[in-house]
Amino acid sequence: MASATLRHTVWILRGNPLTAVAAAGVVLLILIAIFGPSIVPYDPIASNVSQALAPPSAAHLAGTDQLGRDTFSRLVVATRLDLVIAVSAVGISFVLGAVIGAFCGYAGGRLDRAVGRFVDVMMAFPLFVLAMAMVAALGNRVENIVIATAIINLPFYIRFARAEVNVRRNVGWVEAARAGGESNFSVVLRFLLPNVLPAMAVQMSLNLGWAILNAAGLSFIGLGVRPPTPEWGIMVAEGARFISTGKWWLVAFPGLALMLAVLCFNLLGDGMRDILDPRMRT
Amino acid sequence: MTGPLLQIEDLHVTFSTRRGLVEAVRGVTLSLDQGEMLGLVGESGSGKSVTGFATTRLLDVAGRVTAGRILFRGQDITKIADSDFRVLHGAAMSMIFQNPRAALNPIRAVGLQIADAILSHKRMSKEDAAEEALKLLRAVQIRDPEKRMTAYPHELSGGMCQRVMIAIAISCNPMLLIADEPTTGLDVTTQKVVMDLLVRIAADRGMATILITHDLGLAARYCQRVVVMEQGRLVEEAAPQTLFRHPRHAYTRRLVAASPTATSRIADLVTDDERSHYLAMLAACKPRPAPAAGTPLLLDVKNLAKRYDQGPPAVADFSMAMAAGESVGLVGESGSGKTTTSRMICRLIDPSEGTILFDGESIGHLPARDFHRSPVRKDIQIVFQDPNESLNPRFTAFDCIAHPLLRLSGMRPGDVLRQRVEQCAQRVGLPAELLPRFPHQLSGGQKARVGIARAIACQPRLLVLDEPTAALDVSVQAVVLQLLDRLRREDDLALLFVSHDLNVVRMMCDRTIVLRNGCVVEQGESRALFDNPQTAYTRELVDAVPHIGGAPAAAAAQVTGPGVNNVRSL
Repeated sequence: MASATLRHTVWILRGNPLTAVAAAGVVLLILIAIFGPSIVPYDPIASNVSQALAPPSAAHLAGTDQLGRDTFSRLVVATRLDLVIAVSAVGISFVLGAVIGAFCGYAGGRLDRAVGRFVDVMMAFPLFVLAMAMVAALGNRVENIVIATAIINLPFYIRFARAEVNVRRNVGWVEAARAGGESNFSVVLRFLLPNVLPAMAVQMSLNLGWAILNAAGLSFIGLGVRPPTPEWGIMVAEGARFISTGKWWLVAFPGLALMLAVLCFNLLGDGMRDILDPRMRT
Repeated sequence: MTGPLLQIEDLHVTFSTRRGLVEAVRGVTLSLDQGEMLGLVGESGSGKSVTGFATTRLLDVAGRVTAGRILFRGQDITKIADSDFRVLHGAAMSMIFQNPRAALNPIRAVGLQIADAILSHKRMSKEDAAEEALKLLRAVQIRDPEKRMTAYPHELSGGMCQRVMIAIAISCNPMLLIADEPTTGLDVTTQKVVMDLLVRIAADRGMATILITHDLGLAARYCQRVVVMEQGRLVEEAAPQTLFRHPRHAYTRRLVAASPTATSRIADLVTDDERSHYLAMLAACKPRPAPAAGTPLLLDVKNLAKRYDQGPPAVADFSMAMAAGESVGLVGESGSGKTTTSRMICRLIDPSEGTILFDGESIGHLPARDFHRSPVRKDIQIVFQDPNESLNPRFTAFDCIAHPLLRLSGMRPGDVLRQRVEQCAQRVGLPAELLPRFPHQLSGGQKARVGIARAIACQPRLLVLDEPTAALDVSVQAVVLQLLDRLRREDDLALLFVSHDLNVVRMMCDRTIVLRNGCVVEQGESRALFDNPQTAYTRELVDAVPHIGGAPAAAAAQVTGPGVNNVRSL
């Protein structure tokens, strides 16, 4: 029935041009992340002091920074790192959160209550501070940004999956699966999880935008990605020093890249809600 | 006033969907006099609810009246402005819906909700409105109306919620009440009480009522005139007695035939020309061989109980026995424990006490959590109530039927499996070309067939049916019942038929067990039990079932009037 799904998607996109634009934006981001480093005009790390702090021009589309590095090339190259951090962090919290939440929602009882309280405690912390503490404790590396971002995201996925599974645990087809010889374990993995995935995919898309901001935020305050690696958060942090002297392009372009990426993911998330909601199908 | 209260002339309603325009109502003409009760019957998709919604202007945004007029007191309400209509709404016409709980605001006390309805049309103080609300609660015969004023909808039973809805609907003395399946989710006894109440209130206040229902028996019992709709068209209109005794239109004939009555047999559920086909099929079935002496009973349940931490036990003491190929009905009102019992016998939940012997072997001690590994798993299968909820939305019909074969019969994906699934589908009358479809692409009847095909796929010996036809139209129900009966004869399959529909149980089951509050009240051979109930409770259940050709409305309402408050479930 792949063609039916495709038709449905096309139908929704036609009614929601904004979602189509967002989807195109996300595809573009992914293409840039894959092919960007091989097509940029300049080496993003090579400095050229004679060209330092040049405003946007035909040669340097987004100007250059204090070391004369081409901001546009750095922006394009940074896409891959930012997307990889965001996608892997969201992926980890999604997989763990969905499985933990689904089992808690299905089993109920003591396990559910214990996990529920643990999640409550985690959510009571200011999340960004928690992430900062984790990166500081684990060491200032990219993989630790991923881990920290994944962990502070986990409670939302656990709760989401728990709630979605909980309402379905006594529905006819779950009982039918058990009557058909399925163990509780495989009912959760093979029956319930696939059914809550669409709703969670929406959550993931919205969450990706947030994860990009979070990673950039950590880099901005000096945790995680270190210079000279191009990354949007660091670029904003470094550029901020020059904004008072009118060198606006150092902050504006990475900021714009962040904003557009987050916007695309969020708009896509909203559109996916319509695409995946079975009530929208006839 | 002269002329009819409501006059619908050549009404057309069209919905715009993604597949283009769909005509839901195509030229309905009917009229209603003051104080009259009109039944609007038909199956799902016949346009009966849409007609009601169009009259109250509650059509979904996608729906539009494309032609025709709706004259209410001589005024065309399809033409007047929204603001003018709002005055009519509630004050001159109001509506009650199928699911009363969903129609009430869950976070507001019912007394306040009734007062809100009064205040939106009359200028009076809040105290006066509360006083008026109390009077209305008395009028709908709620026990302890003073206490119920402050109750929230979740604290009331379904029947009580529907009474509150009626109180709201009549709060401003409307001249027209449209009741859209007002008792569909309720027990038969509750249904009777609510309908009797509705009829009396309508009579007292001279209110005209349109009763929209799929239940012919209900319309026959309470309406003075019945209109039958099919695919947006009005096919027949007459007094209930003439309509149901001598239906003229082919569709009405089919509908009447498919509605089970106190005396009908399974073969009666189709029209005359189809019956011979069914009887020929029955004759072809070889008679059941008598069980060899010493064969243990197929199912022997003793002193089964299920208790939860809080509240009274769901099942207190349940015992029954059945032989292979037998069919036993399990009836009772909601909350009687019949669903819990069926789940325990299916070994989907664990009993707190008691023994379950299947084929002489105890299966009750094995925890439900591990029962999927038991060799008996494939011998006990279940068909679930709501076909819409019983199929995994991400499985095709093929996957659904193949699932138990893969898990329980040890089959592997391949041609053999495909043939077996196709054979199962064919046995339940599901065309093979529907197998690749997902549940949302199937109709209710088709989904029910997939559910039955799945349950019989690995050739069980006991099939538990949990209200298998409650969500189906009567004509589909008739086909499904015949199918189940045929499977029982062909496979020597024992059926445990859990239902609140006594007419269906009487037809389908050799024996019937009546449950109340988790205990067996009465059991015995079905016909004898229903014709001559030994306990007051069973009699109450049997009497509450509306029949085609039953007593007419006014008489029924008067006879049962004073006894209304005695009905336990309210």
